[in-house]
Amino acid sequence: MKHNVLKKFALFASAATLTMGMQATLAADTIKVGVLHSLSGTMAISETTLKDTMLMLVEEQNKKGGVLGKKLEAVVVDPASNWPLFAEKARELIQKEKVAVTFGCWTSVSRKSALPVFEELNGLLFYPVQYEGEESSKNVFYTGAAPNQQAIPAVDYLMNEIGVKRWVLAGTDYVYPRTTNKILEAYLKAKGVKSKDIMINYTPFGHADWQSIVADIKKFGSKGKKTAVVSTINGDANVPFYKELGNQGVSAEDIPVVAFSVGEEELSGIDTKPLVGHLAAWNYFMSVENEDNTAFIKAWKKFIKNDKRVTNDPMEAHVIGFNMWVKAVEKAGTTDTDAVEAAMIGISVPNLTGGIATMMPNHHLTKPVLIGEIQEDGQFDTVWQTKGTVVGDAWSDYLPGSKDVVSDWRKPLACGNYNVKTKKCSGQNYK
Amino acid sequence: MPIQILYLLLASLLPMQLPAESEVIGFEALVNQLHVNSYKEKEAIIKQIATLKDSRKVTILQTMQDGDLYYRQSDKKIVYRKKTGDQYRITDVLSKQDLGLVDSGTIKKIKVNNKLRRILRSVVARLSLEDDDVDVRLTAVNNIVKNINDSGAELLRESMPAEQDEDVRAAMKTGIALMDVLSDEPSVRHEAVDVLAQSVYPAAKSRLEDILEKDEAGNYIETDVQLLKKARSGIENIDSKLEVYSFLETAFFGLSLGSVLLLIAVGLAITFGVMGVINMAHGELMMIGAYTTYVVQLMMPNHIDYSLFVAIPLAFVVAGLFGVAIERSVIRFLYGRPLETLLATFGISLILQQMVRSIFSPLNRSVATPEWMSGSFEVNAALSLTYNRFYVIIFSLLVFFFLLALLKKTSLGLQVRAVSQNRPMAKAMGVRSEWVDALTFGLGSGIAGVAGVALSQLTNVGPNLGQTYIIDSFMVVVFGGVGNLWGTFVSAMSLGVFNKFLEPSTGAVLAKILVLVLIILFIQKRPRGMFPQKGRAVEN
Repeated sequence: MKHNVLKKFALFASAATLTMGMQATLAADTIKVGVLHSLSGTMAISETTLKDTMLMLVEEQNKKGGVLGKKLEAVVVDPASNWPLFAEKARELIQKEKVAVTFGCWTSVSRKSALPVFEELNGLLFYPVQYEGEESSKNVFYTGAAPNQQAIPAVDYLMNEIGVKRWVLAGTDYVYPRTTNKILEAYLKAKGVKSKDIMINYTPFGHADWQSIVADIKKFGSKGKKTAVVSTINGDANVPFYKELGNQGVSAEDIPVVAFSVGEEELSGIDTKPLVGHLAAWNYFMSVENEDNTAFIKAWKKFIKNDKRVTNDPMEAHVIGFNMWVKAVEKAGTTDTDAVEAAMIGISVPNLTGGIATMMPNHHLTKPVLIGEIQEDGQFDTVWQTKGTVVGDAWSDYLPGSKDVVSDWRKPLACGNYNVKTKKCSGQNYK
Repeated sequence: MPIQILYLLLASLLPMQLPAESEVIGFEALVNQLHVNSYKEKEAIIKQIATLKDSRKVTILQTMQDGDLYYRQSDKKIVYRKKTGDQYRITDVLSKQDLGLVDSGTIKKIKVNNKLRRILRSVVARLSLEDDDVDVRLTAVNNIVKNINDSGAELLRESMPAEQDEDVRAAMKTGIALMDVLSDEPSVRHEAVDVLAQSVYPAAKSRLEDILEKDEAGNYIETDVQLLKKARSGIENIDSKLEVYSFLETAFFGLSLGSVLLLIAVGLAITFGVMGVINMAHGELMMIGAYTTYVVQLMMPNHIDYSLFVAIPLAFVVAGLFGVAIERSVIRFLYGRPLETLLATFGISLILQQMVRSIFSPLNRSVATPEWMSGSFEVNAALSLTYNRFYVIIFSLLVFFFLLALLKKTSLGLQVRAVSQNRPMAKAMGVRSEWVDALTFGLGSGIAGVAGVALSQLTNVGPNLGQTYIIDSFMVVVFGGVGNLWGTFVSAMSLGVFNKFLEPSTGAVLAKILVLVLIILFIQKRPRGMFPQKGRAVEN
C-alpha cells in the first residue's frame, strides 16, 4: 500500500511539473480542454475515474498528433462535490483558462448549476451521465442516456420478457429519480397497469436502514403476480439495500431489481454475493466482447497502471463525446463554439459495443440499450439488448407538459424547447 | 421397461448421441454436458436430468443453483471446488474422485442466470421433498408453494401422507388448498377456503381476495354466497394475525435501528458526554474501524468467518490509538473552548477522509459478510428476523454493558468520573488528570472503531461512512442527556423504535424529518435531554 502511495505521489508531482512546464512553452499553440469533475467530497467516488479517462483520451489524441495540428492540453479543476462551485469553476475554465471545450459534471444538480455559465459565456459542455431529460441546451451535448434510452427499455424488457405485472419504483429523493419515476408511472399506466399495482417509494440520500422498506416490497411482491423493483436509488444507499434484500430472502428469481445507477465501478467496491442475478440497464457493459472495447479496456488498464480497474458506461460516454468533438473540430476547421456546435450535429463515431453513435439535432445521442444480470465477479452478463440503437429523446413523450415539446438545434428552428402546438420557442427556459 | 423407453426418448432429444446402455451412463453424459455456453441448452439438460433417478443429482443441481459448480478447462470435467490456501481443491462431481489442487485459472464457473436458477430451484425443491432433514423439506415445500401450479399440488398431495412433521404438513396443506380453490367442485372449494383462512402465507390471502373480486358493474364475480362469506371472514382472520406479526416485525426493526444508533453514539457519549469534547471526527473514527475490518479480511482471505473476531479488538486498538493521538496533539490545547474544538475536529475529520481516499482510493471497499451472519430466521411465512440485525443487537448490548462496567467498577472508571465531575478536586486527590483525559478519549474512540466493524456489515465501507452517521450520533447523545450512559441507551432505543413505527405511515424521508423536529422541540423544553446530570458540578 505504502509503496503505491509513494508512487502515486511521485507521479502526481512529476505530472504537475510537467504540465507547468508545458504551460510555459506551449501556451500559444495548444487547444485547452477543460475537465470539470469533483476530485474530492462525496462525488469523488464516481467522478475521479472520469477525470482520468479524459486525461487518457487527451494523451492518446496528442500521440496521434493532436487536433488541427495543435497539441491538446487538459485543464483539470476540482469543484469538490459542491454544486455552486461547479458554476464558479466553469467560469474560471472559460474566462481565465479560455478552454475550447469542457467535459464534466455528474449529478443533475451540478449540471443545472453550471448550465447558466456555459450559456452566458457561450462555452461548450459534454455531459456524460444518464439523466432525467427535460432539458436541451444549445451549449450542452448530452452523451449519457435520456430516460427513453435506459428506463423505458428496461421496463419493456421486464414487462415483455419476464412478465412483470406489479411494479415497485424505488428511488432516492432528488430530481433524477423523481422525474424518471414520473415518466415511468405515466408509461406504465399508458400500458394498462393499474395504480394499485404500482408502489412508489423515496428514501433520503445515503439511506442505510432498509428493513421496513424491503419488508414492504416483500409483502407487495407476494400477491401472486410477478413483481419487479425499478431502482433509481443513488450510489451509496445501494449496498445496504441489496444486503437487506439478500438477508430477508428476496432473491433475484422472485423479485428482480433493475438498477440505473449500479455499474461496474460501484460493484467493484462491494461484496457482490447478495446482488447476483439482479439487473442493470446501461448503454455499455465492460463485458461486451468487441475489438474496440477490448482495446479500450487494455489502454485504460495500462494508463491507470492497475490491472483490476474496470470501465463503465459514463466512461464510454466520454470516449464517444471526445471523439465526436475531435471530429467536429476537424470538420469545422476551428474550435470556435458556434462553428463546432453546428458541426457536431450529424457526426457519427463508433461506440464501444459494436454500433455507431450519432449526434442528433437535439444534442442527444443514438445508443443501444443493454440489460445485464450481475455476476459474482462484479461484471454484467448481457441478457437482452435493443435491436438497433435508440434515439435520445430530450423531452419525454409520457409527461403531459413535455409531450408537445421538441428540440432541434439546426437552423432555421434552432430551438431546444419548441412547442409544436403553440408554435412557440421557450428558448433556454426549461420549466 | 418404461425407464429404458424414457431414456431412449431422451437420447433422441439430445443434440449429442449418447451410448444407450444404461441410465447411469445417460445421467453421467448429461451432467458432463453442463458446461455448454447456451442457457437454452443448459435448461434442456437440467430438465432431462430431473427426470432421471440418480442419488447424485440433488447435490449437483443444488450446487449449480448456488453458482458453485465449475468445470476444468482442459477436459471439461464438471467439478466441485473448495478453497485451500491460494488454490482450489477440485473433486469430480460424478466419481467424487479428488482431482488435486489447481489454480483459479484452470477451472471455470458454470454460469447460471435468473431463469435457470428458477428452474433449478423448483427441480431441487421437488427432489428434496423426501430429504431426511425437516428444514430442507420445509424449504422445499415453501419453494413449491411460492410458484404453485397443478403439477406442484399433485406432488404435494403424493408426499403428504408420508410426511410426519406438523409444520411441513401445514405448508403442504396450504399449497394444495391454493390450487383446490380454483377447482369446480363446490365442496372442495369450501374446504380449501377453510384451510386458507388459517394460513399466514401471503399467497393464501391474495387467493381469498381474488374470490372477492368484483366485475365492472360492482357485482361479485363469484356466485356462491356462502363461499364469499367464508372468504371475507377468512381475510379478517388472517389480517388480525398478520397485524400481530407485523407489529412484532416493526418492533424488531426498531430495536435493531436503535442498537445501531446505540453503537454509534455510545463512544460519543464518553467523549462528548463525559469529557465535554465536541468531536466532529467521531464518524471518521468509525470509518477507521470499518477499514480495519477490510484490512483484516485482506490478510486472512481464507477465514472470513472468523475475521470479525480479529477485527473487533484490532479496530478498538487502532481507533483508540488515533483517538489518543488526536487528544494529545490537538484537543488538549483546546479544553474549555468548545467552538474551537468543533472546528479543529471538523478539520481532523476532513484530513482523515482524504487520508483514506489517498491510501485506499475514493471507491468503496468490499467487506464480505461471514456465512453465519447472512440469511434470516423464519418464524413462519409472515415473520422472519434477519441474522445480521440480530447479532448487531446483541453486540451493541455487549459493548454498552462492557462500557458501563468499565466506568462503574474499575479504578479507571472511577478516575474518569472524578475528573469529569470536578477536575481540580480530582487533581488534588492525586489523579493524573491529563493521563485520564487521553485514556478516556482513547476509550471513546476505540468504541467508535468497534462500532465501525459492525457498520461494515450493514453499509458501505468508504470515505463517507463517518459523515452519514455523525449527525445521528450527536442527536442520540443530546436527546438522552449529556453525560449519562443510560440516557444514551434509552434515547437510542426509543428513537429507533419511534422511527420505525412512524416510517410505514409517513415514508422514510418524512419520518426522518419528523424525528428531528420532535427532538428540537424536546430540547427546547428540556435542554439537558431526557436524563440530565444532576449535582453542583453541572451548574457551572
